[in-house]
Amino acid sequence: MTTRYTRDHEWIRLEGDTAVVGISQYAQEQLGDIVFVELPAVGKKLGKGDEAAVVESVKAASEIFAPVAGEVTAVNTALADSPGTVNSDPETGGWFLKLKVTNRADLDGLMDEAAYKAFLETI
Amino acid sequence: MTDAATDQPLRETLLAPVHRALGARMVPFAGYSMPVQYPTGIVAEHKWTREHAGLFDVSHMGPSLLILADRSGDADRDHAAVAALIEPLITADVRGLKLGQMRYTLLLNDKGGVLDDLMVARPRDPKWSGALYIVVNAGTKEADFAAIEAAVGKRAQLHRADDNALIALQGPEAAVVMRDFVPAAADLGFMTCGSFPHEDTDLTISRSGYTGEDGFEILVAPDHATTVWNRLSSDPRVKPIGLGARDSLRLEAGLALYGHDLDETTSPVEADLAFALSKRRREAADFPGAGRILSELHGSPKRQRVGLVVEGAPAREGAEILDASGARVGVVTSGGFAPSLNRPIAMGYVPPTLAAPGTKLGVVVRGRTQPATVTAMPFVPHRYFRKPA
Repeated sequence: MTTRYTRDHEWIRLEGDTAVVGISQYAQEQLGDIVFVELPAVGKKLGKGDEAAVVESVKAASEIFAPVAGEVTAVNTALADSPGTVNSDPETGGWFLKLKVTNRADLDGLMDEAAYKAFLETI
Repeated sequence: MTDAATDQPLRETLLAPVHRALGARMVPFAGYSMPVQYPTGIVAEHKWTREHAGLFDVSHMGPSLLILADRSGDADRDHAAVAALIEPLITADVRGLKLGQMRYTLLLNDKGGVLDDLMVARPRDPKWSGALYIVVNAGTKEADFAAIEAAVGKRAQLHRADDNALIALQGPEAAVVMRDFVPAAADLGFMTCGSFPHEDTDLTISRSGYTGEDGFEILVAPDHATTVWNRLSSDPRVKPIGLGARDSLRLEAGLALYGHDLDETTSPVEADLAFALSKRRREAADFPGAGRILSELHGSPKRQRVGLVVEGAPAREGAEILDASGARVGVVTSGGFAPSLNRPIAMGYVPPTLAAPGTKLGVVVRGRTQPATVTAMPFVPHRYFRKPA
C-alpha cells in the first residue's frame, strides 16, 4: 500500500479499511532519543488533526496528530517497554496506532513519498 | 539566528565551528548558540559520560578574575583583603580558603534570595594572592559582574575571562585522560584548582564540574581553544557531549540549575543548599538576608527542594505536585528522563512536611495525575575524587 505523509511528519498507510499511523524517519531524527510514548485508548474517535498521541524525548514532549478522521482500533502496546523502536524502525515496527478511517477521501490530500521528500527539501 | 526571548543576535563560543563540523545541533541558550547534542544523541552522550569521559563546551559561562587593586605582597593579608570585598555578597568563607581551594557558593539579594550559584577559588600560587577566580552562570553573568563591580568599587578590578574557552572534561576516565594531557593537573583533589603550563600557554584547571562525576574544568586562552579541544577529543576515551546530556547528568546528580531550580525568590535553605553557608559566616550572620536564612535554618522553610521518582510520562518543569488528597502542594522545577536509571525523575518544591524520602505524591502531566515518590538526592551517586588528606 502507498504510504502518505503529513506536513507534521506523520505517515499513514491504508490496509483495507484500516490505516496504520506513525512518524517519519525525519521526525524521529528531529526528536532524538524517544523515551516515552503516550497512546490513545482503543475506541477513541479522532477528528482529522486531533491530538492522537504524545512522544517524549529526553528533552521535550511532542504531539502527534491524526492525519485523517477515524476510530482507534489498535495501539502499539510494545512501545510502552521499548519506545526506542520509534527511533530504530519508525516506519514499520515503530507504528503508533490503527484507525478505522471515516472517509477515505481524507487521504487524498496527503503527500505521497515523492512529494514528502520534496517537502523535506524545503525545510 | 536570534534569541527568541530577547530578539538579540546570538553569541558564539570560540568552539562553535568545531561543534558544527562535528554535526552538532545548535540551539539558543542563555544568549549563545550552543550544541544541544551531537549526532550520537543525548542518551548515548549521557551514558558515555557516566562510563568514560565527556567533553563539554561551557564557554558561555562567566569565568573571571577579581584582583585587589593595592596588593601589599603579603599573601595572607592580600587574600584576606580581597575576601573581605566579595564576602558581603555571598555565603562562603572566602577568607578561610587555602591556596588552590575552590568553593561552591551563592550570590544573594537582601531578602536572602539566590541571584546565582557560583564557584570561588583562591589561586594556588601564593604570588597570585589578592586575586580570586570566580565562575558564574551564563544567564546571570552580566548582572553578577555588575553587582560585584558595584560592591568592590575601585578597591579591586574584575577581569572578565568569558572571551576564553571553558572546557569541562567529566567522567570516570577524566583523570586518566588528564594524566596524558597535563599530568600535574591529574593530582588535583576535588574542588581545588591551579594554573598549569601547557605548550606556550597556561591553563587554569579545576577539579570540578556539574555532572556528579569526577572531572575537570579547563580555562583556555582564545588562541589555544581549538587545539586543546581537539587534543582532548582525539583521545578515544573522550566524546563531545552537548547541553542536553549536561542537563540530564546534573539532574541525576541532584544538582540545582539556576533559573529553574533556583531563582531570586528561593532561599539557600529552601533549595537544600545550606551546606553553602560556611560555619564562620553562619556564626557571624553577615551575609545578605541572614535574618530570613538563619530563621529558616533553625526553624523551617515554607518549602523545600526535593527529588521525585515519577511513574509514567516524564513530568517537566512547571508540572504541579499534588499531595495524597489531590491538593496542589508544589511545582516541578526540573524534570525529565534519567538515562542512567531508565525512568523519569524530577526536582521540585514541596512543604517540609511532605519532603521526607518515601512520601507519596502526585504530579500532573497533560491533565492526569501520576504517582511520584520523594527520593533522596543525588539520584545517581556522586563519584568525586576526594584526595586523601
